[in-house]
Amino acid sequence: MYDDNHLAERTVTQNDIKISANKVNVHYGESHAIKDVDVAIEDKTVTAFIGPSGCGKSTFLRCINRMNDTIDICRVTGDIRIDNEDIYDRKVDPVQLRAKVGMVFQKPNPFPKSIYDNIAYGPRIHGLARSKADMDEIVEKSLRRGAIWDEVKDRLHAPGTGLSGGQQQRLCIARAVATEPEVLLMDEPCSALDPIATSQVEELIDELRKNYSLVIVTHSMQQAARVSQKTAFFHLGTLVEYGDTGQIFTNPTDERTESYITGRIG
Amino acid sequence: MPVLWLLTLLLALALVGYVLARRRALASAGGNTRNLHSLPSYYGSNAALFVLVPSLLVLALWLVLQPILIGASVRGDIPPEIVSDGSSFGLVMSDVRRLADGLDAAVGQGAMSAEEARATEVNFDDVRAVLGSVGVALGSAVDTNVLRLAQSYRAISATFDMVRTVIVLGLAIAGFLYAYSRTNADFRARNTVERAILAILIVAASIAILTTVGIVLSLIFNTIEFFQLYPASEFFFSTVWSPSFGGGSELGMLPLLWGTLYISLVALLVAVPIGLLSAIYLSEYAGPAVRAFAKPLLELLAGIPTIVYGLFALLTVGPFLVSFFGQDGHLGVNWMGGGTAVMTAGLVMGIMLIPFVSSLSDDIINAVPQSMRDGSFGLGATRSETIKQVVLPAALPGIVGAILLAASRAIGETMIVVLGAGAAARLSLNPFEAMTTVTAKIVSQLTGDSDFASPEALVAFSLGMTLFVITLGLNVFALYIVRKYREQYE
Repeated sequence: MYDDNHLAERTVTQNDIKISANKVNVHYGESHAIKDVDVAIEDKTVTAFIGPSGCGKSTFLRCINRMNDTIDICRVTGDIRIDNEDIYDRKVDPVQLRAKVGMVFQKPNPFPKSIYDNIAYGPRIHGLARSKADMDEIVEKSLRRGAIWDEVKDRLHAPGTGLSGGQQQRLCIARAVATEPEVLLMDEPCSALDPIATSQVEELIDELRKNYSLVIVTHSMQQAARVSQKTAFFHLGTLVEYGDTGQIFTNPTDERTESYITGRIG
Repeated sequence: MPVLWLLTLLLALALVGYVLARRRALASAGGNTRNLHSLPSYYGSNAALFVLVPSLLVLALWLVLQPILIGASVRGDIPPEIVSDGSSFGLVMSDVRRLADGLDAAVGQGAMSAEEARATEVNFDDVRAVLGSVGVALGSAVDTNVLRLAQSYRAISATFDMVRTVIVLGLAIAGFLYAYSRTNADFRARNTVERAILAILIVAASIAILTTVGIVLSLIFNTIEFFQLYPASEFFFSTVWSPSFGGGSELGMLPLLWGTLYISLVALLVAVPIGLLSAIYLSEYAGPAVRAFAKPLLELLAGIPTIVYGLFALLTVGPFLVSFFGQDGHLGVNWMGGGTAVMTAGLVMGIMLIPFVSSLSDDIINAVPQSMRDGSFGLGATRSETIKQVVLPAALPGIVGAILLAASRAIGETMIVVLGAGAAARLSLNPFEAMTTVTAKIVSQLTGDSDFASPEALVAFSLGMTLFVITLGLNVFALYIVRKYREQYE
């Protein structure tokens, strides 16, 4: 079912731990969405979160940049550290944290502004550019990183909402990259895209791995197998299994993981 | 037969038709509802519709046409000599109609027999006395000719009434028989009823539209009449408004238009910032508990009658402003002569408009997709940065639409202006001076006992027309902007 050669070829170098989570619990009002999740996410690696709908993978992802803070009824307990710094510490400003931990959403959500202003949005807020020329450079660099520069360089001042779905998503990735984050979280970034746009975004993800630690939530196991080095399988709010992608897909240790991957549950 | 009786009879017929058709439908299906095309009640409704709709339509048409036809036939009989000086055919006709109605009332109450009412030789003073006793007061002694005409009017009316009853009932019965004959298990009664409902909805919608057209037409005709008496160029461009009912008045609308726009501007300067900021608070910051409490409370402002706002302006805001800006005020500037001023009316009108702006803007801000906010938060923006740079620009066209709707409301406002702004038509920049608006002047030109055919009274219609065109333009523009905005996210 999966391209075994491709998986075997992939070299998984031992990296530093970028994000470590310890006994993380999340409650939405009465319901217990995440139960005692422990995970250590490596730097310069693509980590995929897979699992059936409602298993808590997106919720956990949104804990890493404290996006859950914007939801009133959500309560997070436990310990999440980035570079060994507790991000739920009182001293940490969630707004600053989100500049460091970028996020790409399920549906492309460019602002109703020009392509240029979409990219310049984050740098402007955080004062990253000293001059117009500086900003131009940031915009070009980000768009190049987002693998969309060649397509939009002649119409930087056209509205971002006028692009195609795949282009919009790459624009959103470029927008997230523009604030120079250390971690990039992607919540099902390809679920609203067609196969061609998906493969473009997947290539981009592989490219971004050189500079960032990426965490990607996906419903497609093929996608997880294609783009990630590490895979975490979530089921009913618990982290069932976490390991090298090759191992998870070819030789899972947990019965539930195997059932899910072979399509018996999910 | 009186119309009320006729209507009752028609309703009874419809009820009978409903029951009979329903029974026949059930019988044709052998008592099993599943064999029917439609539910039994649809067959009943179908029959009731066939009884009511044609007969009621004819009845309505008849009621409109009958007085016109009778009037035309009686009018031909009016001898020219009884139309005295200073009178007209119309006045004589209304005398005739009044007398005829009086005779009907007298017969109806038993004060006069039917024969007496028809008798050609009567004592005219008696007629007046008898009619007076049944509550119909006549201005002068009854004229022979008028009495004759009234009697012939009554005779024709009676014939018409008779024919009307027969035709309407005949139509009702024919309708029932037609529907009843078609009632069987295969007849698609449900579809017929569906079409009837569609027709009812269309009629309701066209009544609203036709009324608007009627209002506009009446404005247009009176405006044309006004411009025949008074030059249009003076009306539009003269800067003096001084109507005098003795003639020789100057009716330039510029001071009024200026007052209207100035007061509306002050009102919008109050309403837009407060309304917009409260909308932002309610939709972006307030928790569900605060929102559930504060939003209805704010919208309560919209439920206060404008005359109450007017009183508030006159009794509270005006004196309050005078205590600051008036003679011997706290500021010692002596800008304000009296309580009525542009500022007074503008402030109060602004308060009135707050719920319009806030409620509409709130809906529009809520319509901005959450994904926009998430995108901005995800880049490390704070709430206010997100609102300022993403939410408001996305909602801007809709907010502009809301502001324009509030503006057209401000332009049409009357009571607050009458009580708060004074009555002086003035072209001035000082917001503490009394001014007046188009609406307030329409009221003052039409109240009072002026000759209705004089330009001083007719000017009200052309003022109304001007106002109508301005607010219509604003509304169309606002709707255009709001619609354009809607397309963006759907």
